[in-house]
Amino acid sequence: MTAVQATRAPAARPPISPPSLLRASSTIVWRNLLHIRRMPEMLLDVTVQSVMFVLLFAYVFGGAIAVRGADYKEFLLPGIMVQTMVFSSAIVAMGLTNDLQKGIVDRFKSLPIARSAVLVGRSISSLIHSSIGVAVMALTGLLIGWRIRNGVVDGVLAFLLLLLFGFALIWLGIWVGSMMRTVEAVQGFMFTVMFPLTFVANTFAPPESMPAWLRAIAEWNPVSAVTQACRELWGNSPPAAPDAAWPLQNPVAVSIAWSVILTAVFAPLAVSAFRRRSRD
Amino acid sequence: MNAAPAVEAIDLVKHFGETRAVDGVSFVVPEGSVLGLLGPNGAGKTSLVRMLTTLSVPTSGTGRVAGFDILRQPTEVRRSLGLTGQAATVDEILTGRENLKLIGSLYGLPRTFVREATERLFARFDLTDAADRMAKTYSGGMRRRLDLAVSLLAAPPILFLDEPTTGLDPQSRSGLWAVLRELVSEGTTLVLTTQYLEEADHLADEIVVVDKGRVIAAGTPTQLKDQAGRASVVVTLTHAADLDRAAELMNSCCQEVHVERGSRRLTAQAGGLGDMTRIAAVFETSGIELDDLGLARPSLDDVFLHLTGHRAEDASDLTNEGVTP
Repeated sequence: MTAVQATRAPAARPPISPPSLLRASSTIVWRNLLHIRRMPEMLLDVTVQSVMFVLLFAYVFGGAIAVRGADYKEFLLPGIMVQTMVFSSAIVAMGLTNDLQKGIVDRFKSLPIARSAVLVGRSISSLIHSSIGVAVMALTGLLIGWRIRNGVVDGVLAFLLLLLFGFALIWLGIWVGSMMRTVEAVQGFMFTVMFPLTFVANTFAPPESMPAWLRAIAEWNPVSAVTQACRELWGNSPPAAPDAAWPLQNPVAVSIAWSVILTAVFAPLAVSAFRRRSRD
Repeated sequence: MNAAPAVEAIDLVKHFGETRAVDGVSFVVPEGSVLGLLGPNGAGKTSLVRMLTTLSVPTSGTGRVAGFDILRQPTEVRRSLGLTGQAATVDEILTGRENLKLIGSLYGLPRTFVREATERLFARFDLTDAADRMAKTYSGGMRRRLDLAVSLLAAPPILFLDEPTTGLDPQSRSGLWAVLRELVSEGTTLVLTTQYLEEADHLADEIVVVDKGRVIAAGTPTQLKDQAGRASVVVTLTHAADLDRAAELMNSCCQEVHVERGSRRLTAQAGGLGDMTRIAAVFETSGIELDDLGLARPSLDDVFLHLTGHRAEDASDLTNEGVTP
C-alpha cells in the first residue's frame, strides 16, 4: 500500500510556502526588534548603564589612573565599546532562555521553518542591540572629547572588528542560553563571567600597573587585544608598551584570530547544546 | 471503508535519563475524529504530543501525521498540524494581530491571506476589540483563544491541543469546547490531552487512558464506563415506612437490589434508560411516593480509579442522569 498523502483539509488550505532561512530569520529579527521598541528599557544595559560607566571612569576614577601617552577619556572610550560588545553575549543568552522558557521556541519549532532561524534571528538582533549601544557610546565620546583620528578606513575597520568580536561571543551566549533554565540563572552566570573578562584587561586601566601574574592574564585576554586594536585604529593611544605581551604588539591580527578561535570553540558547543535542548 | 488514519503513534518510547516518560504507546486516530489522551500529571501525555508534533525526538518508535513519518518527514508533518501547547505560547509583547502576522510570515503565507484570516479568526474567537493590544494584557481565556487562532491560521487538518482548558474558568472552558466541536464538525482531526475526565467524556470519540507512560485502557467513553461497572437505578422514597414494600417491588423486576434505610434509598443494577422507565412504571401504579428516581452511571473518574487504583486530579461525584417523577 502506498503512503497516505496529505489528507483532506477542513477548509481550502492556504498556500504554505516555507520561507528561506534568511526570510525566517529576518521575521524573527523583526519580532525581537519590536520587543525593543515596545520596551525601550531593554536598551538600558547598553545605553544609560554604559554612559554611566563612561562618566564614572572619565570623571571619578580617571584622574587617578595614569595612562602613558594618551588622554584618559580617549583611552577609555574604546574599552567601554568593547565591553558593550561583550555584553551582546549576555543579551543573546537571556533572550534565548526567555524564549525557551516561555515556549516561544517550541512554537517556532512546530512551524515548517529551518530551526537554525531561531538562532540566526536571535544573534542578529542581539548584534543590532549592542550596536545601538556602541553608537550611543560613540556619540557620548564625541561629546567628551573622544575622536577618530586616523581617517575613515581605519575608523570603519575598528567598528567591523568590534562586530566580529561580538559575533564570536554570541556563540558563548547561545551555549549558555541553551543550557540554563531561567533568565535569572543566565544573568547570574553571565555577570560572573563578564566582569572579570572586561575588567581584568586594558579596558579601564593600563595593565602595566598590575602585578606581573595579573598583567599576563590581562594582556592575553582577548578583550585587551580588541581594545588595543580599536585604540590604535582610531588613534586614541600609542602602540602598546615595548614590554607588553605579544598579542598587544599585533592587536588587529590577534583580535581577528581570537574571534575565529572563540567561534571555532563555542559554535559547535552552542549548536549541540541547543540541539540537545530541543530534542526533549 | 475506514477513514485514513490522521495520526498514528507506533510504539513510542521516550526516556529522560532513568525516567521512562513514555514507555511504548501506540494508537490510531481516524481522520475527522477526536482522540482524548487522558491521564494524571506526569503520565506522559505532553511527551507524547511533543514527539508527534516533532518537538522532541522519540527514544524509539515512531509516528505518522497525515501519513508523514515524524522522523523522516518532519517538515511535511509540521505543515499538516497545528499545536496549542500547555502554556499558551503567544508572544506577550506583541499585539494579538502581530502574533498572527509573525506566524503567518513564518508559514510563508501571502500577506493578504493573513490579514483576512486574522479578521475572520478574531471575529470567531471574540478578540476583535483586543486585536491591537499587547497579549500580556489578555486574560487567561483570551490568551488560549489567541493561541488557538495562531494554531488555526494555516488551516491545519490536524490539531494537537495539550491541556487546552487547564486553568480556565468554567465559562471560558465551555466556550472553548464549543469552538473545538465546531472545528470537528468542519472535519478537523483533534488530539487533545486532558486531566479532566469530564472534558474527555465531552469531546472525545475515543479515549486513551495513560498512566506512567503506558496505555492502560482505550475505547469510547461509554465502553470505558462499562468497564468500571454497570449503571444502576437509584430510587429515593418519601416515607421510610414504604421501604419494605418498595424492596419487594424492585426485587420482582430487577437484580442486585440494595436497601439503604437511613437515606430511604434503593439501588438496583440496570442496563440503561429502559430499565429505569420500567421501574418508574412499576412505582407509578404502586402508590408509593417517591422523592427521586434516577440512573447513576459510573463517571470516567470511577473508571480511572478502577483502572489505576488512584484518583485523577479533580474527583467528581457519580453523574446523575436522573429525572424527578
